[in-house]
Amino acid sequence: MGSRASSLLREEDIEEIKKETGFSHSQITRLYSRFHSLDKGENGALSREDFQRIPELAINPLGDRIINAFFPEGEDQVNFRGFMRTLAHFRPVEDNEKNKVLTPGEPLNSRTNKLLFAFRLYDLDRDDKISRDELLQVLRMMVGVNISDEQLGSIADRTIQEADTNGDMCISFNEFTKVLEKVDVEQKMSIRFLH
Amino acid sequence: MQLKTSAMALLRRFALLLALLIVFNTPCKVAALEEDIAEEGYSKSTATETSSNVTTITTLPIVIWKWHHVETPYLVALWILTCWLCKLVCELNHSFTSVIPESGLLIMMGFILGGIVWGADKAQTFKLIPVNFFYYLLPQIVLDASYCMPNKLFFSNLGAILVHAIIGTCWNAGTVGVALWACYEWGAMGTLNIGPLQFLLFGALMSAVDPVAVIAVFEEVHVNEVLYILVFGESLLNDGVTVVLYNVFDAFVSLGGPKINAEEIIKGIISFFVVAFGGSFLGVVFAILISMLTRVTKNVQVIEAGFIIVLGYLSYLTAEMLSLSAILSITFCGVCCQKYVNANMDEKSVTTLRYSLKVLANGSETMIFVFLGVSAIDKNIWVWNTGFILLTILFIIVFRFMGVFFLNWLLNMNRLIPIDITDQIVMSYGGLRGAVAYGLAATLDEAKIPEKNLMLGTTLIVVYFTVVLQGITMKPFVQWLKVKKATISDLTLNGKINNRTFEHTLTAMEDICGRMGDNWWTRHWKNFEDKYVCWLLMKSNARKHNDNIFGAFHKLNLEDAKNYVTVGERKGSLAFIRNDDNASVDFKKKLALEYANGMPDMSDMSEYDFGIDNVPVTSGMKNQIPSVSLDIHEQDSKRMPDLNAHHLLEQHLYKSRSNNRPTYSRSHYKESENPDEMQEIFQRTMRSRLESFKSAKMGVKPSKKISKHPKKDSTHKPNGKPADPNRIYPYGDEDFEFSADSASSSEIAGNFRRRSTNAPAAGVENPAFIPEMDTSAPMRNPPWQTETAINTAVAPSQRAQGRLPWTPTNLRSACSTDSIAMANASADDEAPEEKPGKHNTRL
Repeated sequence: MGSRASSLLREEDIEEIKKETGFSHSQITRLYSRFHSLDKGENGALSREDFQRIPELAINPLGDRIINAFFPEGEDQVNFRGFMRTLAHFRPVEDNEKNKVLTPGEPLNSRTNKLLFAFRLYDLDRDDKISRDELLQVLRMMVGVNISDEQLGSIADRTIQEADTNGDMCISFNEFTKVLEKVDVEQKMSIRFLH
Repeated sequence: MQLKTSAMALLRRFALLLALLIVFNTPCKVAALEEDIAEEGYSKSTATETSSNVTTITTLPIVIWKWHHVETPYLVALWILTCWLCKLVCELNHSFTSVIPESGLLIMMGFILGGIVWGADKAQTFKLIPVNFFYYLLPQIVLDASYCMPNKLFFSNLGAILVHAIIGTCWNAGTVGVALWACYEWGAMGTLNIGPLQFLLFGALMSAVDPVAVIAVFEEVHVNEVLYILVFGESLLNDGVTVVLYNVFDAFVSLGGPKINAEEIIKGIISFFVVAFGGSFLGVVFAILISMLTRVTKNVQVIEAGFIIVLGYLSYLTAEMLSLSAILSITFCGVCCQKYVNANMDEKSVTTLRYSLKVLANGSETMIFVFLGVSAIDKNIWVWNTGFILLTILFIIVFRFMGVFFLNWLLNMNRLIPIDITDQIVMSYGGLRGAVAYGLAATLDEAKIPEKNLMLGTTLIVVYFTVVLQGITMKPFVQWLKVKKATISDLTLNGKINNRTFEHTLTAMEDICGRMGDNWWTRHWKNFEDKYVCWLLMKSNARKHNDNIFGAFHKLNLEDAKNYVTVGERKGSLAFIRNDDNASVDFKKKLALEYANGMPDMSDMSEYDFGIDNVPVTSGMKNQIPSVSLDIHEQDSKRMPDLNAHHLLEQHLYKSRSNNRPTYSRSHYKESENPDEMQEIFQRTMRSRLESFKSAKMGVKPSKKISKHPKKDSTHKPNGKPADPNRIYPYGDEDFEFSADSASSSEIAGNFRRRSTNAPAAGVENPAFIPEMDTSAPMRNPPWQTETAINTAVAPSQRAQGRLPWTPTNLRSACSTDSIAMANASADDEAPEEKPGKHNTRL
């Protein structure tokens, strides 16, 4: 299966993905075989249903949000390129990368991009602001039933208050970055991809 | 600044005391010094004591000198005191301890003490003997370290820690032993009566790494948390592994070289793993026991904390009894029970436990280091062999570096964030040897190892060398290498929530990539824990509120409440209740609500008091789940306002002179005279006299109210009332309404007035209230007078009254909710005006 899948992937595609995402050749082929096995429709793209079939995602409180993050706005298919682009956010930052520039502009796994990914999880309406309601929704997903709505509301209020610097009762991306300044995002938003 | 100097002076005095004490101690010790402090002192002394008792009774003695009766405990206590005073002396000057680590200083103090003992006895009478060390000093240190271990960090790095602790220790033990033996064979140390097995045994005991000095440096410099946990965790587990290894080699030595064959070696390896993992397993079992026990200790809260200490100690002893690794047992016991115990026990008990463990652990640590110094002053153990000693030092450092680098290289292949080279250097350099090595060396059996004294001496030298020299150089070294520092992040809700988000995202990503990564394990453990472990080990209500985000919220709110109150108290009496700018919690609303709901039968003052007192108290007082929603505070406060009012009053009422007589109480002794208080009263009296003098000039008659003040029960009120309408209220109808209100609701007023006889005093006596007091004349009335003052006082200085509409006098007269609201309103209006006045008086 794996070998068949990788044979479907053209060398030049791999090169381009490599350039864009910084994954190694073997990582790309490995992930491609995974992509292929998720792709039940065999059409070279994943739909939401394909993701939802992953059993663990069903019990992940943020599962649906994360699935959504794979899909560009308005689309409900994601091809391998897009799939890899999203995953690339979670590549650990390596030391030698700091020196050589792979792509012009910021790499996908930079701190800002990692944060932006997290930010988008909250920001449902994509207005680049986390409103109280948006925050409440996410909180509701993440905390147990033991916490009452009022308590959750005050948690949300407080959270916004903490981050909000301009007093609009929303968290903008700048404020979001600022409040997480001291958090080691590079480490906390990285997973190990097999080589 | 002044405080600091006075504190310094105090410490100097202590130092003097210590010097005296040492001088005084020594003859005492000398008097008793036939016996060793712990070995057999007691039995001997009781024997001598009984015999002397029998012989001397000829007449009824009034007082007898019974030194032998108390000798052993007395000496122990004295030594503990001396050691702790040594620590005190070491900590006198921080610029000193920042250069030389405390442990090094303590060892040096030990040298001095040992010298004194030596000078007095001409023999070493006190030393650290292994039994005491392993049974009475070590367990609490390990328990404390493991109980306070940052749990999550520890388990997420457990793999690396175990690799370093097990493989690293074996590596160190083996290589140091073999290399020393090779050098011996090569002829570097002359002729010694040591075989290869003994060298291995020595290597094993030399591999115990002691964290105390390193951890102190790390904490000061704030190295990054991965490095911290690696060194900390490694050295903790390493102690256990060392002891196991030591026992295995010890068995080999007793078995003797010729009898050792492949079978025995395999047995040795098996026993190593059985002992190590058996001990750890036993620890986990005890952790489960402790957690389950704390589920039901609610009714014996006082000794709740003691259970953990005793059971922890029992886990140590049980493991020892089963010849499993005791240190590993108590380590895992502490690490595993921590979370559930903290959730199950009352917050107070958790604090108690933490502090008592710290006291015990720090105390023993101090004693150990001092005694490491004291033990040095002994002629017998100093068998010098330059080659042996120097080579030992060389090898332990070289092989430590090699081992750490090799293992980290292995680990880095699989680590998400590799351990970088500076961290590795620091890890290697942090391999200080400490008391465990000494303890093991002292346990060596002279019958089996003829060169015991050489080994003991060498161990001591290695300990001094590493603790003092490496300890001193550690800090500059860390700074010079620019080791990555920990980011000190404050607790923020955003941080907590986003950490959670990140975790979920990562697991989702791993699922999508289709591999079982670290997050997979974490997540599944979490699920399992939530489902079964917590159900078994946690109280149901603790379980309910065991939410990270909510916990953070709780803590932040508590902090806020505290700040809020401090700021409020600093600002002056009641200002903070209305001041909404400096608190993100809406106390104001809640309080206002409470006023609105009434409790009309309650005196206003007591309400205010609870406002001041209640908030910080609730965290401790309530026996509820640690939820912070203010609703809960509110419920609580409804129960307690009275209690708090009284409490506050008791604290702040000036004591009359008769009360100033020293009281003899077991728990506390009140200072008889408070000069500040006297000053305060004096100033206030003088100012009030001046004021009344002024107002007399202005044509108002303060004498009227003075004549009335002795009558203080509420029947007097009707008398005062007719006067009200006649009075002019130049500062507006607000105040008019106040009094009207008080008049109309005189029945209620009668109710609360009785209480308010002492309530105003709260306002008067609380230092926070003083600024306002000074500006407004009627306020300066002594407590017994205030009541009449409400009705009859003429407000000699309108300005003052107008400026402070919320001063207790006004509020006292206002018992209906409207007037409170109004007081609020007026307070807001007048706020800017109020500030300068306050400012002046404070200056």
